[in-house]
Amino acid sequence: MYGYSGKILHIDLKTKKNWVETKPEEWYKIYIGGVSMASRLLWENITPGCDPLDDGNPICFANGIFTGTPVPVGGKFGLASKSPLTGFIGDSLSGSWFSIALKRAGWDGLVLHNSCDNWTQLFIDDARVQFNDATYLLGKGTYETEEAIRDKLGDEQIRSCTIGLCGENLVRFANVTNDGRQAGRTGHGMIWGHKKLKAVSVRGTHGVTVFDPKTLNQLSFDLSKSAQGKYTEKYRIYGTSTGLLSTNEMGVLPTRNFQEGVFEDAELVSGEYLDKHHKVKVIACAQCPIACEQMSMVKTGPFAGAMTGIEYESLFANSSNLGISDMRAAIKLITISDQDGMDSITMGVTIGWAMECYEKGILKKEDFASKAHPEGLELNFGNGDAAVAVAEMIRDQEGIGKILAQGTRIASKVIDEERGTETYKWAVNTKGLESAGYDARTLKTFALGLATGTRGGCHNRSAAYDPDMKGETNRFTVDETRGRVAADSEEYAAVYDTLPLCKFIRRCFTGKADRAGAWPAIAKLINATTGWEFGYDEVDLIGVRACTIKKAFNIREGWTEKDDDLPWRWKHDPFTKGPSAGVIVTDEELEYMKDLYYKAKGWTEEGLIPKELLIKLGMPDVAEEIGV
Amino acid sequence: MATSTSKYAYIDCDPNLCVGCQLCEYICSFTKTGEYNSYHSRIRTVRVDEVLITAIACRTCENAPCVIVCPRDALTQDPVTGIIDINATKCDGCAWCIEACDFGAISINPQTALAEICDQCKDEPDGPQCVKWCPKEALTLTTPDQRAQKSRAKLISETLNIPQKATDPK
Repeated sequence: MYGYSGKILHIDLKTKKNWVETKPEEWYKIYIGGVSMASRLLWENITPGCDPLDDGNPICFANGIFTGTPVPVGGKFGLASKSPLTGFIGDSLSGSWFSIALKRAGWDGLVLHNSCDNWTQLFIDDARVQFNDATYLLGKGTYETEEAIRDKLGDEQIRSCTIGLCGENLVRFANVTNDGRQAGRTGHGMIWGHKKLKAVSVRGTHGVTVFDPKTLNQLSFDLSKSAQGKYTEKYRIYGTSTGLLSTNEMGVLPTRNFQEGVFEDAELVSGEYLDKHHKVKVIACAQCPIACEQMSMVKTGPFAGAMTGIEYESLFANSSNLGISDMRAAIKLITISDQDGMDSITMGVTIGWAMECYEKGILKKEDFASKAHPEGLELNFGNGDAAVAVAEMIRDQEGIGKILAQGTRIASKVIDEERGTETYKWAVNTKGLESAGYDARTLKTFALGLATGTRGGCHNRSAAYDPDMKGETNRFTVDETRGRVAADSEEYAAVYDTLPLCKFIRRCFTGKADRAGAWPAIAKLINATTGWEFGYDEVDLIGVRACTIKKAFNIREGWTEKDDDLPWRWKHDPFTKGPSAGVIVTDEELEYMKDLYYKAKGWTEEGLIPKELLIKLGMPDVAEEIGV
Repeated sequence: MATSTSKYAYIDCDPNLCVGCQLCEYICSFTKTGEYNSYHSRIRTVRVDEVLITAIACRTCENAPCVIVCPRDALTQDPVTGIIDINATKCDGCAWCIEACDFGAISINPQTALAEICDQCKDEPDGPQCVKWCPKEALTLTTPDQRAQKSRAKLISETLNIPQKATDPK
């Protein structure tokens, strides 16, 4: 087999035993890698129905098909566990060296079972597995932990996935971080913290070989050059943050906890402003010729010295969404989330919820008392200093930080039960995952994508904001095409998340991001790597299968059609200002679109998957368990 | 700080342009071994922290310390190009050359346990593959004269001390 070793490494964190599982080539042709393979490994290894924090919930890594080759942006891995935030599939992607080291160590995937008895730094040294005491790493930030491990083990090429203080302190939306990149969103860091797993480090010294290196080199070289042109200009020059002014212009930029869709100070928190005043350097993930990470630093004021990479999603959540127009506070907030390891979107949206609670008089100044601020905090929208203090309380699980560290769904439930309030009405999450930076009230196809998304309110898994924002659909209304459009956009994104290739390369194949241009080019890369004979249809099926195994996982964990819902605010509470004012997604619209979506997927009216469909997709064992 | 005294060409990396993607390592190891493996690359990217990133290969020093120090005379320097040759039959992997090199530009191949060094792809018709592949044009094969031009430009920009915008990526 080319491109794969055919081997999955299993490690029992409790007994410290490890064993190797071999998988046949046919299995790889179905699940490929990344999100799909990680989800499949989770399907095979979890104790169904277990609590996300139980020992029966394993940590599953899956490498990519192109990892360790010169194929641009192919150095990524998928990470899956049952999410403590949603109770459903928690599938994340992260880029850079870790995946490459894992592949060079000879592993296509990695499954970690049970929990450690003591804080552990796991070291996979090619074929050897070592359990090291992690006491010396406790309290260290994510990047700092990686460096400390390299120092201690004495090899600069050792790569690690780590958790920071947030994971150690069991923040429900803590991340796993590697090489300055995050496997974010669904709370992997909390699971790792609960398992007392501070870091997983890998040294891989073997080479990666492919079926037809001459062809693969030429394709990669051409793609790498194409990635320097206009197709990636947006990412290379300003990074993703450049989208902020466009979303503001369309009136879909979440502002003051999704109360409005336009922010009066958008200019001050735009990618353009960031570039001019804060940018230090642009850096890349390993194996990426694009380089989009805009390393930005605070140069003046109390937060001087804070530095991290700024992305659109982190930026909206911690600027406009909090009414903050001081970029320095936003950079500081994002630096805390990156260095201490928590999801910057969920952190920002949760602080936004708390700010609204404060402005509505439900949470009081003294509710925010901490050691640093014994008198409490005036958590008005726009108060950057207070937001930073609250982020630190979340990280440290101090005072009300304990409640906020659970994310908006649990936090609003706790407060509502305690105070008889209705703060759930502005807890903006889907299935418990806080929403990303495109307000879906007037992006109706995207609203459907979020409602039906297997991991909750995620812009990376449903890309349906794209047709809505480009005007390919009427974003203000619904019609009979939406089920198909939402399904297509999700399956399209899943192809990239499964190979995985970073989606920022999507225009570099032919200039257009469509399937007709990209799939044949991707098939060529797959075939040169593996020697398979993939064509357009096989590439297209990669995404369908990825979405199917994730959905199947959710069904087995108890999903019902009622779980495909939207935040209360989007269904009842229109904007008063801007081009998107006055519009909501009604229950009727949502139910109508959900029916269309289930139909487009070939599922039952209840959203369940027919046996024949699963068998046709090459998943007979899944059909046996959850097919109808 | 270690400075090279080379009168020859060598592969130089502009840290302002290097983004740390490591494609140079991929193509170098492939060119030399047929496998993609950073451990076999003769050019190495270095990330000192999140933003201090560059790549380093042999600087073709004059009176190269690695050549002088080798106890088995396995290393020789081409008098015309300055490229260091390591004779695999004579080399026993003692690593004295690594100790002697101020640039960390020599490494031991973990498989063969012998020393390896950049030869500027002298056998490749289109020259150094890392330079050809570098997506940001951070890598260049520079002569002393080109390095002098760079030094002049650097001197002027530092002397005038006009605040500079971070370098836009290519």
